[in-house]
Amino acid sequence: MTDELPGTDVAGRDARPAAGEPLLRIEGVAKTFGTFRAVDGVSLEIKAGEFFALLGPSGCGKTTLLRMLAGFEAPDEGRMLLGGKDIAQALPHERPINMMFQNYALFPHLSVRDNIAFGLKRAGMARADIATRVAEMVALVKLEGLEKRKPDQLSGGQRQRVALARALARRPQLLLLDEPLAALDKKLRENTQGELMELQRRLGMTFIIVTHDQEEAMTMASRIGVMKSGKLAQVGTPRELYEAPRSRWIAEFVGDINLFDAESKLRDGHRLVIGTRDAGALVVAEPREAVGEGKFSVAIRPEKVKLSRRGPVSAAGHETAINLLDGVIADICYLGGTTTYKVKLDTGGMLQASVANSARLDVDAYSLNQHVVAWFTPDDCVVLPS
Amino acid sequence: MRKASRLSRFNIASLALGLAFLYLPILILVIYSFNASRLVTVWGGWSLRWYHEFFADRAMIEASWMSLRVAVASATIATLIGTLAAVALSRGERFRGRTLFSGMLYAPLVMPEVITGLSLLLLFVALNAERGFWTVTIAHTTLTMCFVAVVVQSRLGSLDRSLEEAAMDLGCAPVRAFLSVTLPLIAPAIVAGWMLAFTLSLDDLVIASFTTGPGSATLPIRIYSEVRLGVKPEINAICTLVIALIAVVIVIASLASKLSSSQGESAAPL
Amino acid sequence: MSARRIFARPARFAAIAPYVWMVLFFLVPFGFVLKISLSQTAIAQPPYEPVFDLTAGWTAIRSAFAALSIDNFRLIASDDLYVFAYLRSLTVAVTATVLLLVIGYPIAYGMARLPKRWQAVAMVLVIVPFWTSFLIRIYAWINILQHDGLLNQILLALHLVSQPVVWLSTDTAMYIGIVYSYLPFMILPLYATLAKMEPALEEAASDLGAPPWQVFWLVTFPLSLPGVGAGVLLCFIPVVGEFVIPDLLAGSNSLMIGQTLWLEFFTNKDWPVASAAAIVLLVVLLAPLLLYERLQRRQLEEQ
Repeated sequence: MTDELPGTDVAGRDARPAAGEPLLRIEGVAKTFGTFRAVDGVSLEIKAGEFFALLGPSGCGKTTLLRMLAGFEAPDEGRMLLGGKDIAQALPHERPINMMFQNYALFPHLSVRDNIAFGLKRAGMARADIATRVAEMVALVKLEGLEKRKPDQLSGGQRQRVALARALARRPQLLLLDEPLAALDKKLRENTQGELMELQRRLGMTFIIVTHDQEEAMTMASRIGVMKSGKLAQVGTPRELYEAPRSRWIAEFVGDINLFDAESKLRDGHRLVIGTRDAGALVVAEPREAVGEGKFSVAIRPEKVKLSRRGPVSAAGHETAINLLDGVIADICYLGGTTTYKVKLDTGGMLQASVANSARLDVDAYSLNQHVVAWFTPDDCVVLPS
Repeated sequence: MRKASRLSRFNIASLALGLAFLYLPILILVIYSFNASRLVTVWGGWSLRWYHEFFADRAMIEASWMSLRVAVASATIATLIGTLAAVALSRGERFRGRTLFSGMLYAPLVMPEVITGLSLLLLFVALNAERGFWTVTIAHTTLTMCFVAVVVQSRLGSLDRSLEEAAMDLGCAPVRAFLSVTLPLIAPAIVAGWMLAFTLSLDDLVIASFTTGPGSATLPIRIYSEVRLGVKPEINAICTLVIALIAVVIVIASLASKLSSSQGESAAPL
Repeated sequence: MSARRIFARPARFAAIAPYVWMVLFFLVPFGFVLKISLSQTAIAQPPYEPVFDLTAGWTAIRSAFAALSIDNFRLIASDDLYVFAYLRSLTVAVTATVLLLVIGYPIAYGMARLPKRWQAVAMVLVIVPFWTSFLIRIYAWINILQHDGLLNQILLALHLVSQPVVWLSTDTAMYIGIVYSYLPFMILPLYATLAKMEPALEEAASDLGAPPWQVFWLVTFPLSLPGVGAGVLLCFIPVVGEFVIPDLLAGSNSLMIGQTLWLEFFTNKDWPVASAAAIVLLVVLLAPLLLYERLQRRQLEEQ
């Protein structure tokens, strides 16, 4: 059985799809636990060399999908093609896929070296080759000098590196990472994110990471699949997800957003004038997909909203900044790099604006109850079906 | 991490009194085994006299030898079968008769020994088996494998399942994953299980009384019949030797399990 | 197929040997006990009849079945000796279990409050006596409790008593023996639940204004009830059928059921009545046994 599968050859002599070629095709995969449909008809294509993130709230099915790829769960429906061969029913040890576990799952009775060599021994590699590969891996994750330690003698960050080295040692066609940074503290997590990206680029390997942290997914991944209730809600680059979310749910899940429910709409050339209850009439650029008959809302990211004491200064600003909303500052949240203001609009709604603190001395800062004009361009607005 | 300040004076007192209650009688027994006096309760100075008497007592020596053989044999079989049972219970999915299986494994832990002993004897009589070494060994295996199963199962239960998954992910077939990852990690519990089985067998009076035949008494049977006739200093010596033997077994086994695993935390007997 | 199921098939094979063993040496023997409890005593070897002889043909087996009777159970129900023995066994077991709980709880509680590394030491200290022989531990108490034993010597030396107190062959001695032997069985499950308890819960209770005794009664004790249940069953069930301790430490005027069974079997050679006594004992213990089995299985499988 092993022979039929692509790329179980640990030495890496096999023909692998070149970067950019499709590597993994998931077709209509579904998995039910009892009556709970954990994964519900997911189809997805991942190209060789991609850094793909599965993002979603807990219980959305992202971990189940990952475990199906690793072979710990078998899908009830659908196919999973790796390099053209269906691996859906193959056992974990028969797949050219390795996984980095959330809690690392380092073997506590084995040293760092033996942990890394574990998979190589199973592949029947020669002793000398194993030693070379282990040394290579140890250098790759910068663990020199710790080879003889046992996992309980390592720090959290070091353990994470061992887990990574162990999973990479077999040179899998696909590396799965299950919340790989969840156990690290914030500073270490940020450093490790950079290192993981660097490593992935250097090795040209395909990574699939599961995370619930949208910032982490945006930072690291070249493409993100957002999952909700077992389904893929949207797949796209981080920018696409952030700037052109396909639904209200995604817009709210990825980053902060202001949403105004629409009550009416009027065409005006290339623009739509949309009447909202909370923010009055808003002018928005015509969306690429026509707005249907159903309910919809207008969305603006807080950092796209500008504030000023008397409205935009320049005339040019006036011409494009067609959405002008009066209000008073109701809440101020200082975050260091930025400050988030909550503006109580005269029309009744609440608008969030995120302003960069570009100067150390806060001569420009607004104070509570101050009257301000908030403005944004039609192009910054997104129309979303509710 | 709990702070020491949580300990009240009441806590310390109850701990100290509890441990004293558990250890003093044994300590007194050991001290009196070195008593030179024939009267058990009168201190006549230090002496190894009762140890000499024990080693001259052929019946006692034979009974000890019988007990040791039974303990080693039954503990070994019980460890093998009990570990298999623990694996089946914690790793096997539901199978037909699983409830009955777990019931049969847990019931002997608390089942009064008179019932277990009587029922096994009636089986041996019905099978027309000659009673002696093997019948006692089988009886002890039946009892002690349940303890082994519980000790090993609790270790298996607390073992992180993702370790086995990681092994499979790295190229192990399921059985291989069990042998190269799970087994080394539960080894301390298996060792503890063997020790427990060994001492329980060495200790048992009731079941052995039912299942043994004439002429093959175990040590507890001999001790019991002597004790019924009254306290004899020689018994103190035998008991001290048994305690020493068990202490040696515990020390060796805990050293072995420390060597075999960096984890040090071997499962508790219960 | 799930990850669990990948393992399930080999694991199921692992069940075969222990399964066969337990059916053969645990379940089947009960069948024999039941059958012999329905037989008649005979002066023969084995000392009961009818003896099933499978080679004797169908009619012989039929007549053997016809010869079964419930006389032994009738005897047990009508004989005061047995009725009192069952009642005494239950009384002793209830009393001893209460004593064990009252003595064991403070010890377990103290253990759970020790600093972490001392907890491990305390646990070993509680377990070690359990490893030393049961019989030896009872014998150690005979040494102490006998007429001119250490206890009486101390009491006399302190002039607390004027002449030696009779300790041996009393219920006091028996209860000391039972508590001594079963204490680890009570402490360990109690300690296990108490040690798992979040210390913040007690802190929260006192933060919300509960004095220490209320913290204990309203938070600690209710949360330790699973441990109490396990400890109580772990002690109660075997004590009901206890033989060695009452035989060596208690007086011989009132017997526990384990002793009557032993007497019938070894002294009177009345195997059918002994079997019937065992069946009745089993029936008495059935409810706590099932409860214990459920508790044990849930505890081991929830981990």
